[in-house]
Amino acid sequence: MEQKTRLTAEDGKQEYTITRDFDLPLDLLFRAFTESDFLEQWMGTKVLKLESKKHGSYELETKDPQGKVMFRANGTIHELIPNRKIIRTFEMENAPVGVQLEVYEFEPVTDDSSKLRMHVIYESVEKRDQVMKFGLVQGINWAHNRLQEVLNNYKK
Amino acid sequence: MNLRRDVFQAIADPTRRTILLLVATQSLTAGAIASNFDTARPTVSKHLQILTECELLEQEQNGREIYYHINATRMKEVSDFLEPFRQLWDDRFNKLESIMKNYKPKK
Repeated sequence: MEQKTRLTAEDGKQEYTITRDFDLPLDLLFRAFTESDFLEQWMGTKVLKLESKKHGSYELETKDPQGKVMFRANGTIHELIPNRKIIRTFEMENAPVGVQLEVYEFEPVTDDSSKLRMHVIYESVEKRDQVMKFGLVQGINWAHNRLQEVLNNYKK
Repeated sequence: MNLRRDVFQAIADPTRRTILLLVATQSLTAGAIASNFDTARPTVSKHLQILTECELLEQEQNGREIYYHINATRMKEVSDFLEPFRQLWDDRFNKLESIMKNYKPKK
């Protein structure tokens, strides 16, 4: 089966590109990135603030079941063209990887499918590589936290 | 030519992934590899050429036959951090897709 999510990360470059085909109408795909309720569900993190407009900003936070902050991130939205494009910064707090610039391009394929191209640029090659490695750990943590929450609810 | 990008294009193709699986445990000739597919022999040859060019496969002359075997170092390099990172996003986007499908207007 052809992969739905494709990653391009060339050696010695401070950027990567991810493209993904979705079985979703363009409008729904775009809302997954611009509405807090949706973002919280698929990212598995709390959205403290999300102003989906040019010059708006956002803050994300994840706490463990004991209330300890596991993850915090924030950024500023530089461009937001409905159903077409988002340009924003993303910065993970307390992580020595700096700020990344993210360009999201959305396009319709059919009435029921759409495509996303995500281009992410870092301050240096080292930082990009660091994030790609750290991102893995983060992803595993998130999955673990969700599992923990489910288990905690089950216990009650 | 950028090798890393080509490696990813190489392993994105299902036929080429199957070829890598076939030669993972033993060296095989082009003919032996092609016999596993319904596709035409030149198509398989093309896939072998791409995999060899991006150094995922290595050729070894044995008498009159050329055997293909996997380049373990290269495979490891690819799978070490790029492929898990891709899968992380794949999982995230799969989740996005399944959640958002619930909000599709009913027809």
